[in-house]
Amino acid sequence: MSPSSKTSYLSRTVEQLQPSGIRRFFDLASKMENVISLGVGEPDFVTPWNVIEASFHSLEQGYTAYTANAGMIELRMRISAYLKRKYQVEYDPEDQIIVTVGASQAIDLALRALIDPGDEVIVVEPSFVSYAPAVSLAGGIPVKVDTDPAQDFKLEPYQLEQAITERTKAIILCSPNNPTGTVLSKEELTALAAVVEKHDLLVLSDEIYGELTYDDSHTSFSEIPGMQERTILLSGFSKAFAMTGWRLGYATGPKEIIKAMTKIHQYTIMSAPTMAQHAAIEALDHSESSVQEMKKSYRQRRNFVVKELREMGLDCYLPGGAFYVFPSIQKTGLTSEEFAEELLQQQKVAVVPGNVFGRSGEGYIRCSYATSLKQLDEAMKRIRAFLKTL
Amino acid sequence: MSVDNKKIEILELLEKDSRLEVDKIAKMTDLSVEETNQLISEMERDHVIAGYSTLIDWTKVLDYEGVTAMIDVKVTPTRGVGFDKVAERIYRFPEVKAVYLMSGAYDLSVLIEAKTMSEIGRFVSDKLSTIESVLSTTTHFVLKKYKHDGIIFESDDDDKRIMVTP
Repeated sequence: MSPSSKTSYLSRTVEQLQPSGIRRFFDLASKMENVISLGVGEPDFVTPWNVIEASFHSLEQGYTAYTANAGMIELRMRISAYLKRKYQVEYDPEDQIIVTVGASQAIDLALRALIDPGDEVIVVEPSFVSYAPAVSLAGGIPVKVDTDPAQDFKLEPYQLEQAITERTKAIILCSPNNPTGTVLSKEELTALAAVVEKHDLLVLSDEIYGELTYDDSHTSFSEIPGMQERTILLSGFSKAFAMTGWRLGYATGPKEIIKAMTKIHQYTIMSAPTMAQHAAIEALDHSESSVQEMKKSYRQRRNFVVKELREMGLDCYLPGGAFYVFPSIQKTGLTSEEFAEELLQQQKVAVVPGNVFGRSGEGYIRCSYATSLKQLDEAMKRIRAFLKTL
Repeated sequence: MSVDNKKIEILELLEKDSRLEVDKIAKMTDLSVEETNQLISEMERDHVIAGYSTLIDWTKVLDYEGVTAMIDVKVTPTRGVGFDKVAERIYRFPEVKAVYLMSGAYDLSVLIEAKTMSEIGRFVSDKLSTIESVLSTTTHFVLKKYKHDGIIFESDDDDKRIMVTP
């Protein structure tokens, strides 16, 4: 059979995936010069030096080979101790923790381990751009639930209840949230847990921003009574320790699920990078003060940006975590894409249009404040100038 | 957050950048401009804020000649005032930028900046060594400054992130 006899060799699933709207904005912004970017979903800090140095040491010691599929046991023990310290939840490092290539791989593994074709997974929007495509790639059906800006984009139990069908297997939660910065309190998570329990669902709890909360401490979904056995906790080192490029994450959960995830991991990735795992051990052992230092700086910049945006007349709630603010641009009469594109063209400030994160993000823009105060200050001046032209 | 914590927050911000405008500090620390001004004034009055200075990499300034030396000084402490009196006699010289009382092999560490090496030589031989309680001096010239007051001089701090990421 000649290649021309097929219209496409690509799988239907892949063909139907929409390219990420983030990508489009990256392409636009990267062609321009002197752009101030508030479009970056990662820390502006460099990884703490002691952590970087630990990876040098790892290489110097000759650790250049694979580790155990689930990750070095020493690292899994540290993760276990860390979660116990933070959330009073116990995970057996032997068979309840897997070290992955970023939290992104953990999400992918969890979905592939759980989903049969046609299973539904609830995705709460606005959401991280990868969730719904990751569900589709695993053969499932993403069921998107819009949240209400008037409720600071917090998922209400009744909204969850309405989205559940017989085919619903799991829900993906993200608190603190990318892109809104919304943090769900213990009470709010407990209310959602009741629905989860009633309908016998699993929760993929993406807590990658768990270290970055500014007003109240972070509650892990796994610490809600009865939820640990229903939760796959997904996290990593990228945001808390400024280690995005190291690609190191982890998942914890019920033994049989972690075992299934490890099986897929072993046939696809083998193991996460060894030197990065050594660096992560150092991060968990000796970087608390660096994390606190970065967190303090994020909080100051969050306060600054929210006040500036409000002063220029944009509605913006004070997000409790992550490093994004999600102001409304509805007053301008522009769509979020139009706003972001015009702002980029006219004032060379890159923000991400809210609709990229789902329908309920329309009318909003995501501004990351993981950028120096100097840059933030200049960006605010430019946004102010842009608003005056409208 | 308590007033003391707010003060610490303000101090940390000013320590990094003493030119940071009051309205920005106010926004970042969630205080009003008046409150911020008042706290800063209080701390200036109490000498918690002892001064505002600028860290300059003079090697980047054309035509500027300068030499920095660190001098280890052994002294005989004076009855009643210990090392304080001799330290004062040293730190009053304008070319002396810092004086620390040290534990270990010597007593005072003196940081001195001058235009030329011979000026430093003259300071050591004429001024420092001739103080009665000074027993000995060891002068180390600074060849290159890599980091000073927490600031890395030749650092490549370019943002290496791509423009837009998820």
